[in-house]
Amino acid sequence: MRSPDLLRHAWAVASKDLLVEFRSRTAILSAAVFVVLVLVVFNFGRDPTAISNVDLAPSILWVTFTFAAILALNRAFQLELENQALDGLLLAPIERSSIYVGKLIANLVFVATIELIGVPLLALFFNVPVLSYLLPLGALIALATIGFVAVGTLFSAMTVRTRFAELLLPVLLLPFMIPPLSWAVLATGRVLAGRPLSEIAGWLNMLAVYDIVFVTLAIFLFPATVNE
Amino acid sequence: MLLAEGLRHRFGAIRALDDVSFTVQPGQTLAVFGPNGAGKTTLLKVLAGLIQPQHGRAAVDGGRRAIGWIGHQPQLYGQLTVRENLRFWATLYDVQVPGDLLPRLGLEAHVDRPVRALSRGLVQRVAIARALVHDPPVLLLDEPFTGLDRVAAEALSRLLAEHAAAGRASVLVTHNVEEGTGLATDIAFMRAGRFVHLAPRAGRGAEQVSEDYRNAIA
Repeated sequence: MRSPDLLRHAWAVASKDLLVEFRSRTAILSAAVFVVLVLVVFNFGRDPTAISNVDLAPSILWVTFTFAAILALNRAFQLELENQALDGLLLAPIERSSIYVGKLIANLVFVATIELIGVPLLALFFNVPVLSYLLPLGALIALATIGFVAVGTLFSAMTVRTRFAELLLPVLLLPFMIPPLSWAVLATGRVLAGRPLSEIAGWLNMLAVYDIVFVTLAIFLFPATVNE
Repeated sequence: MLLAEGLRHRFGAIRALDDVSFTVQPGQTLAVFGPNGAGKTTLLKVLAGLIQPQHGRAAVDGGRRAIGWIGHQPQLYGQLTVRENLRFWATLYDVQVPGDLLPRLGLEAHVDRPVRALSRGLVQRVAIARALVHDPPVLLLDEPFTGLDRVAAEALSRLLAEHAAAGRASVLVTHNVEEGTGLATDIAFMRAGRFVHLAPRAGRGAEQVSEDYRNAIA
């Protein structure tokens, strides 16, 4: 199949997912509330004299994004099970990879929305200079998010037909999230501390390589994961 | 048009398909009757390519594009309207929603209603429209009458008769002999993954087929 077809079908799947989420708003609302609550709890649960905000904020930011993203990833294929729509998708004469790419796009939009809520709240609660470093911070968040959402979307497809899907997804996903997460935390710390961009270039490169490797792997592995 | 050859498939210790072979030609409707757990849905999924059989092969002329699936689950998205659902599935088949599809199924008045707001009978009609959106030459039907009221069931029967009259093939699986017999040109009884009877209907009515079924399955 030609790649324009793959992308067109992927976009059809993604826009359908986003429309369904826009209509129900259940997952995005619960994830957004989760982000706000976690940041509020951390804000009141820390000792500002023990550790500086700039040192603490990156870890809190990425822990929050990680668990909020898992909420989003859990629902990605759950939606297809409601009326056995997944069988309809698998029966359609489209590349099965296009289903994966469509889900990946929808999940990225979903997680990006959560991140757009989380970053200003982090700036507000932790008084960190987000606005001054918006571009490098945005690039860093985008690169890290693509990687773990790519892996998470694949695992979401693998676990959706299992009995404990909601538990199994984080158990499988979190070990794979450790590398991009640790690079993202270290790089975010440097960005917020106003260090030169050359200091984070290595981490950005590693995140980009992680993205390329895992998006490619997931596209190839996805068709095998959805076979009954 | 549709071929199943020596199909065998197990789920662990459970034998879902055991040496199932048959062909369905254009204009034929094969009704497969069997009790719950006989392997009927597995058979349809193998024919559709959703399950790879461990032995044997299944082939449909035209591949996945040629297949329309009507099951007891509608494969629709409750939050989307009828129109949005049909547009989505049509996009995946690279076709436009046929203009006469909604009137044929009596759905014009419901196109802009979300599927979750429709009755079970209407949802099933939308599911039929979804299956027919690409005008498939082969229909696979898994307990399609489940939950339908009498009017909706008659409408479905009419539609399937039109489908067969147009020279298309269908395979229908159900545990309800009464509702499937009238549509069938050929009848199969399935027990524990095996066809224990496969023959043309040859004018047999529902009562005769029911009796044959009881004798074969007992």
